[in-house]
Amino acid sequence: MSLPTDAQEALNAFNPSLGWEQRARQLMQWGERLPALADDEKTDANLVDGCESKVWLLGSVVDGHWQFRAASDARLIRGLVALLLARVNGLSAAELQQVDLNDWFQQLGLSRQLSPSRSNGLNAVLQKMRQLAG
Amino acid sequence: MSLISPWRADFPALDALERQGQTYLDSAATAQKPQALIDALAHYYANGAANVHRAQHLPGAMATQAFEDTRHKVAGWINTGASGQIVFTHGATSAFNLLAYGLEHLFAPGDEVVVSALEHHANLLPWQQLATRRGLKLVVLPLTVDGVIDIDAAARLITARTRLLAVSQLSNVLGTWQPVARLVELAKAQGALTVIDGAQGVVHGRHDVQALGCDFYVFSSHKLYGPDGVGVLFGRHQALAQLRHWQFGGEMVLQASYHDATFRPAPLGFEAGTPPVSGVIGLGATLDYLNDVNPVAAAEHEARLHELLCAGLLLHKGVRLVGNPQTALASFVVEGVHNADLAHLLTDQGIAVRAGHHCAIPLIGSLGLTGAIRVSLGLYNDSEDLERFFNALDQALELLR
Repeated sequence: MSLPTDAQEALNAFNPSLGWEQRARQLMQWGERLPALADDEKTDANLVDGCESKVWLLGSVVDGHWQFRAASDARLIRGLVALLLARVNGLSAAELQQVDLNDWFQQLGLSRQLSPSRSNGLNAVLQKMRQLAG
Repeated sequence: MSLISPWRADFPALDALERQGQTYLDSAATAQKPQALIDALAHYYANGAANVHRAQHLPGAMATQAFEDTRHKVAGWINTGASGQIVFTHGATSAFNLLAYGLEHLFAPGDEVVVSALEHHANLLPWQQLATRRGLKLVVLPLTVDGVIDIDAAARLITARTRLLAVSQLSNVLGTWQPVARLVELAKAQGALTVIDGAQGVVHGRHDVQALGCDFYVFSSHKLYGPDGVGVLFGRHQALAQLRHWQFGGEMVLQASYHDATFRPAPLGFEAGTPPVSGVIGLGATLDYLNDVNPVAAAEHEARLHELLCAGLLLHKGVRLVGNPQTALASFVVEGVHNADLAHLLTDQGIAVRAGHHCAIPLIGSLGLTGAIRVSLGLYNDSEDLERFFNALDQALELLR
């Protein structure tokens, strides 16, 4: 399974040896790349439960491929979500079932963001994504 | 100004955390433990664990002795005198639930339960759910701008319909002392029962439940430098006599047949099943340690550290303190900066503070906030911890702005 272009780019930008400041700057830049959601898409139904910040996540299947879109009012989680979407957008339903996202964030040097004690919501976003992909 | 904690070396985790690059400023969530407690736990487990109040054998007698010694030490710590009893629970939350279920029979539809706007969920939700079960009215006392329960409003809202008052002594979000003695007086005058949530208050200074005049006083061991899994419920004799048994099981019965049972009075009647034996023994060791801490020196150290914290925060442009904190902690927000972003970057720099709603969602919401960052202090913190925090805060804000 070859990586989407965005994912390859993310791997080039992030690696475990980045210092915290560089990583934060990169995250914020990636967050800026998320296309904006329309106001009427920022509904409670699209809101991810269990985040300290607000994250909205929408997903649909286009020609057999998942396309997710998201927004957040916090900048670093926005970056994390952008990195998630870079990996999963364009996958088929079967591929989405199989993708190892723990491994993905590990490769990016961001595995700590998925630890159970983190309330930043990346875990909650993953859960919502799986729900949508049902 | 450099502030050194003479007690820091008594808490081995502080060194360990420093080696891990962590600055611990989250003691209001749970406190680090003194060596004396760690030694007591190791001693208990290494020399023979045993259940309490059951066995005739020597290990059982020793464990029971140590367990009951702690009950006396706790009674001394909050000066119960002969006014009531100490019941051990599995945490402060368990104690509040015991009260909300065990007192349920006293309430009739239309009765009122009074709490305040700053309650932690542990001292809000059990009462809220009791109110729902019994058709009671939950009355919420408002706060002044400084984050203190408005005593004039309380005097109007506590009425003959009030059956119970449950309020916090020291806010876990605002760091403000509450006028609990005065509130208890108002409630008593109406014949209501009174419950004080001492989870934060008990950690700072010494408190006297007889002087407070409350019927019940609740705190958890783990915030008071003791083991987790242990809660303390003080009840006055007359109040405990009204408490019905709630959880049923081993060692709380007097007589049992298949179809019927009679139960022990307090304290054992409310300690069903095996209690947290090691934890209670550990709490005893912690209290021995704390009894050796000079209370004046400790209070002064905490006050000066708190001053440094608040003054340092206010030096930062855009920082707004939540309320007007007096003791032990300060919560803050930064204009134009999301709490989640700031928390993320403080975490990245090894600063252990708490971000979010602090288990007080209604309070945070009523202040017009979605969350806040809380820095909280323990005996062992020093000015270097605060310097590291302020440096990290500077760096984080520079990046985010």
